[in-house]
Amino acid sequence: MKKIIVDSLKYKYPGTDNLALNDISFEVEEGEIIGIVGKNGSGKTSLSLSLTGLIPHFFGGGYGGKVLVDGLEVRNSTVTEISERVGYVFDNPFSQMTAAKYTVYEEVAFGLENMGLPREEIKKRVDWSLQLLDLESIKEKYPFDLSGGQMQRVAIAGVIAMKPQILVLDEPTSQLDPEGSEEVFQVIQSLAQEGITILIVEHKLEKIAKFCDKILLLHEGQLIDFNHPQEVFSRDDLKDYGIMPPVFTRVCRALDIKNPLTGHYPVTLEEVTQLVKNHE
Amino acid sequence: MNEIKTENVSFSYDQKTIVLKDINLTLANKPTAIIGQNGAGKSTLVKLFKGLLKPTEGDIWINGKNTKEFTAAQLASHIGLVFQNPGDQIFKHKVIDEVMFGPLNIGQSREKAYQNSIEALKKVHMEKYKDENPYDLNLSQQKLVTIASILAMDPPIIIFDEPTIGQDDFGKELLKNLIRDLAAEGKLVLTIIHDMDFVAETFERTIVMNQGEVILDGPTREVFAKEDIIKLAKLDLPHVMQMAKVFGIEETVLTVDELITRLQRI
Repeated sequence: MKKIIVDSLKYKYPGTDNLALNDISFEVEEGEIIGIVGKNGSGKTSLSLSLTGLIPHFFGGGYGGKVLVDGLEVRNSTVTEISERVGYVFDNPFSQMTAAKYTVYEEVAFGLENMGLPREEIKKRVDWSLQLLDLESIKEKYPFDLSGGQMQRVAIAGVIAMKPQILVLDEPTSQLDPEGSEEVFQVIQSLAQEGITILIVEHKLEKIAKFCDKILLLHEGQLIDFNHPQEVFSRDDLKDYGIMPPVFTRVCRALDIKNPLTGHYPVTLEEVTQLVKNHE
Repeated sequence: MNEIKTENVSFSYDQKTIVLKDINLTLANKPTAIIGQNGAGKSTLVKLFKGLLKPTEGDIWINGKNTKEFTAAQLASHIGLVFQNPGDQIFKHKVIDEVMFGPLNIGQSREKAYQNSIEALKKVHMEKYKDENPYDLNLSQQKLVTIASILAMDPPIIIFDEPTIGQDDFGKELLKNLIRDLAAEGKLVLTIIHDMDFVAETFERTIVMNQGEVILDGPTREVFAKEDIIKLAKLDLPHVMQMAKVFGIEETVLTVDELITRLQRI
């Protein structure tokens, strides 16, 4: 089932001349994990915002084409209606904190209270979410006393507690250590297995290659490619888009080691390991 | 020669939980990375260097000045810290005013402060945003503005807390070169960072922290050779080293080029 349909989307911020998004079309199936990549300024955040309805409803500007999330047309729906389906994690966790709550527990519960859920259900979901993001030990802390990494996990917990059908995350692991970052990607993977559709903006391409079903490559507001990681990261012209493929792919390309099954350069450590094993 | 020296430094915010335990370090001009899990004490340590916090026990000298005897303001021209979160640093409504604030504050003339600020913005490719409101910039651009703010003060010691957050490959390359250039100018550059590939490619010395203690310190190549300690600190090896192991290469490789050269010999 198609969870996201973007059809000929064009968007221009108010007071600017250039299209931030220029004729973008793609479709995402339920439970897929999509990695959005591109250099800074390529339109990654604008595309994310257009799935949440903040573009065009909050930002205004020129808008053309169509975006459907879980069957709902973004342009003709309110941000509140959309937010029941699409959860959004900001790139800066400070932007996400409500500043209205005194503990991590309350912060994570905030969205659920606004949804008007029964008390028991709120407690159940908050506990689940805190456990998933490994936050139980700091649930009584004041959100603004947390480190950047902890705050980032609280931001994610608050959004997934609302169990949105679609989850959009803008660089959710930028402030996390390697272990924390791997954990967040594993949480994302398990959510996708439960049928949640996920779009994630991320510069850590080794992670993107490992966890994403498809990569959406943007450049100057245009969609350059929307394909499996092996295909996108094997492109000869990635440099033109300011992208360096994963370390594993760079090394294999230099040595011309391809995966005979796909005809492409390997993109993950697991794939390289398998190739070396088969060779022996 | 710039130097940070710590002697038996311990720190606790509330007298109960020990955040840093018996830190003894001498940091000189080699670009140095400080790595460790979230909560290992890295940010607290650099706040102590900067004089924003004072040691509960022990002493810290910044180019010979004991941080206990000086205020953070007095140390500001000697040591600059770029915060992890730009929101903790930015407070002006125009990029150029934001960058000029520090230089003016340490007594540079208006003209000199302007000149230094423009130079600093050029170094991070942000000069064309000088009249913008920093709050309108995205996270990675804000980060570059806060870096320029510190460069404009031209302190002999510069500390970056997670400089690569939000940066794309171009931004990372820019920062890598900036760190090398600053080191070549004779500055002491310290960086807290989670990106192990960036550490391997950029820093000569690496310090590993775990639960408030320094558990490993040495040339980056030797540090990443101690996989057991890296694992103990719950960190990863750089991706090139993970890949080298798959090919049975046990020696330390730090860059993609190094691994390619090494594999070509097989």
